[in-house]
Amino acid sequence: MLAGIAVLFFALPLLGLLWRVPWSRTWDVLSSRSVGRALQLSITTSLIAALVSMVFGVPLAWMLARVGFPGRSVVRALSTLSMVLPAVVGGVALFFSFGRRGLFGQYLDEWFGIRLPFTSAGVVVAQVFVAMPFLVLSVESSIRQLDVRLEEAARTLGGSRWYVFWRITLPAIRPGVVAGAVLAWSRALGEFGATITFAGNLPGRTQTMPLATYLALESDPEAALVLSVVLIAVSFAVLLGLRDRWLGQARPAGAAPQGPAAVTT
Amino acid sequence: MGLGALALAALLPACSAGRDGTDQVTLDVFAAASLTDALWEIGGAYREAHPEVTLRFNFASSSSLATQVNEGAPADVFVPADADVIDLLDAGITGDPVVVATNRLEIIVESGNPQGIATLADLARPGLDVVLAAPEVPVGAYAREVLARAGVRVSPRSLESNVKAVVTKVVLGEADAGIVYSTDVLAVGERGTGIPIPSEQNVVAVYSAAVLRDAAHAAQAADFVRFLKSERARAILERYGFGT
Repeated sequence: MLAGIAVLFFALPLLGLLWRVPWSRTWDVLSSRSVGRALQLSITTSLIAALVSMVFGVPLAWMLARVGFPGRSVVRALSTLSMVLPAVVGGVALFFSFGRRGLFGQYLDEWFGIRLPFTSAGVVVAQVFVAMPFLVLSVESSIRQLDVRLEEAARTLGGSRWYVFWRITLPAIRPGVVAGAVLAWSRALGEFGATITFAGNLPGRTQTMPLATYLALESDPEAALVLSVVLIAVSFAVLLGLRDRWLGQARPAGAAPQGPAAVTT
Repeated sequence: MGLGALALAALLPACSAGRDGTDQVTLDVFAAASLTDALWEIGGAYREAHPEVTLRFNFASSSSLATQVNEGAPADVFVPADADVIDLLDAGITGDPVVVATNRLEIIVESGNPQGIATLADLARPGLDVVLAAPEVPVGAYAREVLARAGVRVSPRSLESNVKAVVTKVVLGEADAGIVYSTDVLAVGERGTGIPIPSEQNVVAVYSAAVLRDAAHAAQAADFVRFLKSERARAILERYGFGT
């Protein structure tokens, strides 16, 4: 009964939205140049953000799971803080650190001529900031579920730390990495607050789909509805696929590892 | 769900008996974000004369306010920054809109004007970071008009979602210049500098107040609109930099 109310609570706003979508205008809106640019920018930046999150997030997750060091829980809290922070606060924090007058941003500009605000790179930075924790948490829990004796055995057989990570740990946690990357990607795709605060809003450069949707609400609410539905459809498809294809496999693989050979197949 | 809605309705009474037995009325005033500070003060002044009326303000960009009203948000008085926005209301208004204030545009630059900006034409200077409001919101549309009148082509670095975001980007040094309302420049005080735009290039933003046709308290709403034209309200508006 309570579960049913919970499901309704999530389903009703969706129904409300779908109910009002001007389906006859869908094609017009989607084929307009500005929407095309926003969609293209959103997909590009969010894919790069997911990739960056993976490159830095997997080693971070491994460190949090396997390396005992003082202050580990503080580092973990710090690395996942942006999950609970309002995204706008994240944007403001980025602004004061990597902005033109920011603590570090002024040197980026002075020494390397790099400016992040108002650039597509700034969009990626904002997206990575909010998306990476999802990957870190997912990967860390996969590593924790992995039998540490596997890695230890490989180490005693003479494998270097890097070799063991690359050949034993990483293949075994692949489902967790993929699930984390997909979650991070979908979070980056929907990023709004940090982006509009830190990167601004310029069509073709920093105006992603969520920003275009928000601005459309000011002038053309019907177009905003169409854009919302596109974002919902993409995210829903991702979550649905994620559940069945990756999370379903991650659990048996992590709970009962049968050696690297069995896991990698 | 139905129970929840009822509980909410009980918690948020639009009308309730006051302590002294007179009926308390809550007026919902939807107003342009640029009026925020001035209207809070005017609201305080109005309450002194009408303790039975509680004013509940909703400040946002004029176009989003119109969307909210059309989606059924309860509103009695509507004060957009552009009278054309009133035409966007599905249910319309009662009577004619009353002009309550005017505003002009100004260039805002960092405090002390380090880039030496003097005219609109300077905004086209290469390497200068200019931010404007998006064309979807009134001040963004006005800024475009002003630039077109001056024959200046600007490539903005960002089209912000509201006027305060433009101000913030300039005041914090993220952008070199922006086009905002004169009242916004006045509001930031020492933290920013305003460069006036000559009248022949400038546009006048006209704030009109109207009583909505669906207003729950039409009589009180009309009284509040009349108060906006009073000496007292005008003095407050002028102090915040509006024309009246």
